[in-house]
Amino acid sequence: MNKVTRRSFVAGIGAASIVPAASAHSEEPTPAAPPRSHTPLGTQAAAPGVYLFFNASEAAFIEAACERLIPADEHGAGALAAGVPDYLDKQLGGAWGAGERLYRSGPWTAGSASQGYQLPFTPGELFHQALRAINHDLDSRGTPFSKMTAEAQDAYLRSLEGGGADLNGVPSGVFFGMLLQMTVEGFFSDPVYGGNRDMVAWRMIGFPGAYADYYESIDRHGIKFEREPMSLGEDGQRHIHPDPNIPAHL
Amino acid sequence: MVQRLKEVDVVVIGVGMVGSIVAKELAAAGYKVVGLERGEARFTVPQFQSPAIHDELRFDIRKALMQDNTREAVTFRNQSAETALPIRRWESFLPGTGLGGSMVHWNGQTYRFQANDFELATRTRERYGGNFLDPDVTIQDWGVSYNDLEPHYDRFEYLLGTSGKAGNIKGKIVPGGDPFESPRSREYPTPPQKEHYSGAMFRKAASSLGYHPFPQPSSNLSQPYTNPEGIKLNACVFCGFCERYACEHFAKSVPQTIILPVLLANPNFELRTGCQVQRINLDSTRKKATGVTYIDAAGREFEQPAPLIITSSFALNNVRMLLLSRIGAAYDPATAKGVVGRNYAYQTMSSVASFFDEDVFINPFMASGASGTLINDFAGDNFDHSGLGFIGGSFIGAVNTNGRPIQYHPVPPGTPSWGKGWKDAVVKHYNHTVMFSLHGSSVSTRQNYLDLDPTYKDAWGQPLLRMTFDFPRNDLKMAAYVTAKAEEIGKAMGAKQVAGSPRKAPYTTTQYQTTHNTGGTVMGSDPSTSVVNRFLQSWDVPNVFVIGASVYPQNASWNPTNTLGALTYWAIDAIKNKYLKNPGRLVSA
Repeated sequence: MNKVTRRSFVAGIGAASIVPAASAHSEEPTPAAPPRSHTPLGTQAAAPGVYLFFNASEAAFIEAACERLIPADEHGAGALAAGVPDYLDKQLGGAWGAGERLYRSGPWTAGSASQGYQLPFTPGELFHQALRAINHDLDSRGTPFSKMTAEAQDAYLRSLEGGGADLNGVPSGVFFGMLLQMTVEGFFSDPVYGGNRDMVAWRMIGFPGAYADYYESIDRHGIKFEREPMSLGEDGQRHIHPDPNIPAHL
Repeated sequence: MVQRLKEVDVVVIGVGMVGSIVAKELAAAGYKVVGLERGEARFTVPQFQSPAIHDELRFDIRKALMQDNTREAVTFRNQSAETALPIRRWESFLPGTGLGGSMVHWNGQTYRFQANDFELATRTRERYGGNFLDPDVTIQDWGVSYNDLEPHYDRFEYLLGTSGKAGNIKGKIVPGGDPFESPRSREYPTPPQKEHYSGAMFRKAASSLGYHPFPQPSSNLSQPYTNPEGIKLNACVFCGFCERYACEHFAKSVPQTIILPVLLANPNFELRTGCQVQRINLDSTRKKATGVTYIDAAGREFEQPAPLIITSSFALNNVRMLLLSRIGAAYDPATAKGVVGRNYAYQTMSSVASFFDEDVFINPFMASGASGTLINDFAGDNFDHSGLGFIGGSFIGAVNTNGRPIQYHPVPPGTPSWGKGWKDAVVKHYNHTVMFSLHGSSVSTRQNYLDLDPTYKDAWGQPLLRMTFDFPRNDLKMAAYVTAKAEEIGKAMGAKQVAGSPRKAPYTTTQYQTTHNTGGTVMGSDPSTSVVNRFLQSWDVPNVFVIGASVYPQNASWNPTNTLGALTYWAIDAIKNKYLKNPGRLVSA
């Protein structure tokens, strides 16, 4: 794999360009895009994660499951190449996983759907409990999740989503909902959190990220706004604060 | 060991929008004022600066500016037959915490209510007869009229510098504004913000259907402005990080940008942050407050005596403060007796998504929190409700506030929730969809109310507030009606597909709707159906004033902040010019 540092990636970023929608769709050749030094989207293999929260078997399931929730395709990277498992690992191993901003006092009652989450587990505890049950179940089936066909993986995920199974006290639907929510978060949140690597998800939909001055653009209705997205890791002068030689997933 | 402090003239509980204004007015009038704020002090510089403030995960999803549920939550149930359980994480509504309060993270949508709203019970009876409403509806008049409040609306809008276009100046309809609005004394302080593409599309379609589109009044300013306090604000740059965020540009009107610099410079005012007020203390007659008891950030307990207490915290917290202090009789839905906690209402939010082809670039990320285009043709009582079986309504508007993708990635109904099909739809529709916001009114009912939870406690050991709420039938009918009207506008815009989502029951705490929680300490003319009189003075303990959206007897078709600003100036006028000159009841019970 062609290892790309963030420095070389940023060097390839051109100035903001704004092209009216009409010209973007005209027959005339559009000006060549500035050269990009990073690997084309969706073709970049995921760097092996260094996990602090997940053990090896948990990580194997999470990597494969995330990639089914948001698969790589012609639009670009999937969850795996975008670093979503790294995002999950950091969040679940940190304050969020430990129950930050979660009211944690009992008594504990299931309640109605409109009363929301009522389990005593922190997100970290919930993932460990559920993943232990899932991997135990998969062991009994003989084929590890990561070795299943995509169709079989989807069927398994749908069975979790259906919510019937009890995963060591965690209804499988609750686990699936949290996994899906966090996968979407990791895919679309700023790359400083470990997912959305190289801002692949933002490029895919055309979201400019932390860039935030549209005073001159907002009343140019229907323009095709083309600009490299901006991460929180850059300041307004497009400098990068962290050491560019330290990859974000370490 | 409780430390008893030296008496001051006034204690203000909660230094948000209301607290900052009342404290500023009283300190300027020479009174010694202490402001007790449970959260931290925070300012545009350095706390609100970019790029760190443009972090969707931290602010939208993790809710960094909100009340910390681990210390203080609210319990919830749809019906009083159920057991309420704690809202363990905020989703449906988002109470803020810290200096400046919830206004720091608002969108800046700055409407007035209409004259009709303040006399809703009377006008409904007059127009539709005494038997028009469902029997459980408990709407009532406010005890204050639009004309009473107009000068105070005006003052508040000029404090904020609100950007908009008047539709009715002193009874004369002004082209370009909202023709349904009640008369205002003059034009907005600043002109409307630039119109977003979605607003321009909406304007054209709504006009073609004979409706009356107008620019959303915004307190994200269209141009630099110096307010009457002498504080300068900047023009908004449409960054798209408004609600749930603080503004780094000094362009959103919040206490830090409109009044705190003046308040904090006044030596008559002392701000104490990290102070959690436990209760308002009463003397043995229970008709007079003697001060408040609070616990500071280090856990030390203090008693702060004062002859005048103003509780100016978030609506839900105002209600809880009165219940914890046992001021006023708690409401009991079984007997319909008691007043504190009665008439809790909310907002009935619906939406419509209009999906366009991929050559139509909407650019949702270019946005302020209030740069929409709207109609009031189906708001309030602006249309004939005869035969419809409900009162109230909703503004309908293309209110494009952001394109932050964790939360905002609209897909048509029937799209799979994950996998290749989901991803295809997200890519296809992200930049090619117009969302309408339908901001529906909310009637109060006998069964929706607030009280103290018998089981769950906060970090200080005090009972949590318990909310019992579901959408009344009246409001569900209203939501279905206005959503159908909005769908017609989406079709008139030429959308390929239009998908309406009328609000449905049951109310759920798991889906964001709005932080427009109202009622529980409602104002009125009759002490048997109100907690405070028309000057927001407690009927039971006249040296306690309660200022917040908790005084609304029911909620209207518009965002509540501007009306609260007007009520704040209305009440502080009465406090300064009537109460403090001759302390006692301003209205005889």
